[in-house]
Amino acid sequence: MADHILKVQALKKSYGGVQAVFDVSFDLKEGDFLGIIGPNGSGKSTLVNLITGFVKPDSGSVFYMGKDITGKRPYKIANLGIARTFQMAKAFHELPAFKNVIIPLFSPRVRKSRGGQYGERDDVAIDLLEEVGFERDSAVPFKTAGNLPHGYLKRLELARCMALRPDLIIMDELFSGMSMAEVAGTLPVIEKLKVEGATLIMIEHRLKELFRVANRVIVLNYGQKIADGPPGEVMETEAVKKAYLGSEE
Amino acid sequence: MPRSHKEDKGSKYRKERLDRGIKARSDSIFALSSYREALYLVFPRAVIIIGLLILPLVLDEYWTKVLVITCVIAILSLSWDFIALSGMLSLGQALFFGVGSYLAGALNHYWGVSPLFSIPLATIVGGALCTILILPVLRLRGIYFAMVTFVLPLIIISIIEMSGVLGGVEGLSALSPIPNLWVTAYFIIFALLAFFFGFRRLMDTDYGLVLKGIRDNDQAVMSGGINIYWYKAQALFIGGAAGAFVGAFMTHHYRFVGLPAFSMDYTILPIACTVVGGTGTFAGAMLGTFILMPLTEFLRAIGSWRVVFYSFLMVIFIIAVPEGIFHFLQRKYHQFERWVKTE
Amino acid sequence: MSGMIVYGLVNSAVFVLMAMGFSLTFGISGVANFAHGAFYVTGAYVTWQLVNSLGFAYPLAIGISILITGVFGAIVYWIVLYRIRGMELSEVIATFGLGVGMLETFRSIGLSGHSYKLPKFVDGSMEILGVYVDFQRLIIIGVAAALVFFLWLFSHHTKMGLAFRAIAQNEHTALTFGIESDITAMMSLGMGSALAAVAASVIVPLSLIQVDEGKHILILALAVGIVGGMESVPGIVIASLVFGFAQIIVATYFNPHYTMIVMFAAILLVLVVKPSGLFGKFKELEERI
Repeated sequence: MADHILKVQALKKSYGGVQAVFDVSFDLKEGDFLGIIGPNGSGKSTLVNLITGFVKPDSGSVFYMGKDITGKRPYKIANLGIARTFQMAKAFHELPAFKNVIIPLFSPRVRKSRGGQYGERDDVAIDLLEEVGFERDSAVPFKTAGNLPHGYLKRLELARCMALRPDLIIMDELFSGMSMAEVAGTLPVIEKLKVEGATLIMIEHRLKELFRVANRVIVLNYGQKIADGPPGEVMETEAVKKAYLGSEE
Repeated sequence: MPRSHKEDKGSKYRKERLDRGIKARSDSIFALSSYREALYLVFPRAVIIIGLLILPLVLDEYWTKVLVITCVIAILSLSWDFIALSGMLSLGQALFFGVGSYLAGALNHYWGVSPLFSIPLATIVGGALCTILILPVLRLRGIYFAMVTFVLPLIIISIIEMSGVLGGVEGLSALSPIPNLWVTAYFIIFALLAFFFGFRRLMDTDYGLVLKGIRDNDQAVMSGGINIYWYKAQALFIGGAAGAFVGAFMTHHYRFVGLPAFSMDYTILPIACTVVGGTGTFAGAMLGTFILMPLTEFLRAIGSWRVVFYSFLMVIFIIAVPEGIFHFLQRKYHQFERWVKTE
Repeated sequence: MSGMIVYGLVNSAVFVLMAMGFSLTFGISGVANFAHGAFYVTGAYVTWQLVNSLGFAYPLAIGISILITGVFGAIVYWIVLYRIRGMELSEVIATFGLGVGMLETFRSIGLSGHSYKLPKFVDGSMEILGVYVDFQRLIIIGVAAALVFFLWLFSHHTKMGLAFRAIAQNEHTALTFGIESDITAMMSLGMGSALAAVAASVIVPLSLIQVDEGKHILILALAVGIVGGMESVPGIVIASLVFGFAQIIVATYFNPHYTMIVMFAAILLVLVVKPSGLFGKFKELEERI
């Protein structure tokens, strides 16, 4: 019986007069694949930042594996097993691509589990890059990250997540800016992660691709949760249709 | 401005830069394949090492003293560069220098500790003290770090001046010296070489990789589960200790410590030297220092215009020649240029 | 006691005037103008030259000097900072080098000695709360109060002011609204420098024009900003009041020399408790998404 590994309770965050996230709650079971959707500015990224510690909530709490992680520092949360990508791909522009992926291998989490072996890091990094679709025999993994095209940078984000060996992966608009081919190439990677037992949260605008993999969807609008359930059901809800398409009044 | 395109008899040309053959041949293990390749790599380093070791033998006493100060500033520049490579912009090398100076001076003056012990003690304690002082700002944007490191030495000067502790305005004098000029010179030269090659080696390791990552994009490093504050504190300690080290050294070299230990010069000079030489490479810091310091010695005659000179030089370089002289030289050494016909 | 209140206010007003220019520039454009102190001295020096070498009337000279210093600040942005905008390291080094260079230039051309002074606006003093205060000091309080009031008015009620606040809060978004970040930054630097000149014109008459004051001003501006919160006008005011009155209290009951220790302690305390300053809005490192 899968237990709830992530409990988000009544999170609130406002900036000045703007309520970015208002009273959002949900629970996540192990192995779930949650999609978070909503119009621009509905608070999706803020929600992710609140969960991963990059922004402190005004009120509310987040529990992971039973531990209270509300407002804890991002690196502590990452070490508990939550990895995330950034909406604006944050690579280490001056380092070669594969070195980007090495850095999480220094975290206490990875070092503990691997026994801290040196010298293997380069190989691990290049393997990970290959998994997300960097052509192995080309020079691409060695190129300076700042020179990589956008699609590669996004996949680099994903590889960096995977390097942490996380249990929960949160992807913030991973597919934005990617071509159809790149998305098609990345979906199997994500599906593989799911099969291997990771719990996934995906914020996306590309609903078609998202609904192929997610088993549950939450819709945010103006910072509030307006729907929560299986994709098909959610998209038929009045509130959701109104949020996306506008109503006739 | 060097051209990168030209036209000649109707054909267009562009400039192309390629690595020299010997550079490619001396990459990694192949460096050992022949004496020529090995020499190519060893030559620049040998120049530095041998050059530094010979200098005290050929210079007279006055210029040897200049050499000593140059080495001191060089170490301050290296430490500045190191701290900058870890993502922190220090406007307070004077803080590290001054704290180290006073610690060594106080140990020697009040408790009679000999330089043999006061210098190492001042180095470690000085580095730790400065790190602790600055610790709270590590969480904020880099600009706050710059501001606090700038303000602290100046405030400390005022405090010492006003309250008269630690010798007040007169400072502490008649401190134990370092045996003789030869020992002084070679001691600091070895220290410089150790710091230079040590820092370079450190940044090449995976530890340095994390530091470089922090500078590049600290949030990404954090999301990878690494406590960036701990790493930053460590980098600050190492850089700060280097600064404290030379401060302590100078205290015994001059046999005196006073308010000038916290003077702005010890902040401005390292930055100016590093900027001119080229930031981020350590070699640039060394190069810049060994160009600027003897130069300012020659300019001693023009008094306070000296400071005007190197501060404006710094501004010009940071705007117009940001990569510094070293990158230019490095490029010349490793690459050659040629005109290539374009279709 | 009432003497302490009055002189405490004077001190606070001095702090406000010195710090406001730096904070304004930093708060709006994110540029820490380490040449702030140099602009202060420049303002005073230009006034002196206009009056003594060119025979301008004193009030006119002050007005022109403020204008010139402001324009000079904007030009500095254009020449120096425009190219390196956004690269914090370069910006700081550039303004820092510029500031030191300017100050040392003043020193080298001989700006020292008793001949370099500016006269007080009005001579004499009056009695307030049983204490004699000279008019110049009262003027300082007045100017500081007026400054704070106008800044508040400006940022909340004019188009330009709103633009400034927008840029300060979120540059990317402001850009999409058509608010030109470079022009705004240039103006913020101009305004900050002009404010430095304003401060100089009322404060310098109390003593002499001194090159070392330049460094001192920068330290004070930074200290006030660090403690009060760099980009917050209320923060600057509060921090100035704290420092101003602390200075008076320490001078009266202990030793004038301990003022710096108070400042040092205040900075350390703020850093430990609330590093971004009492009213500081700049979020911590993690929140720069």
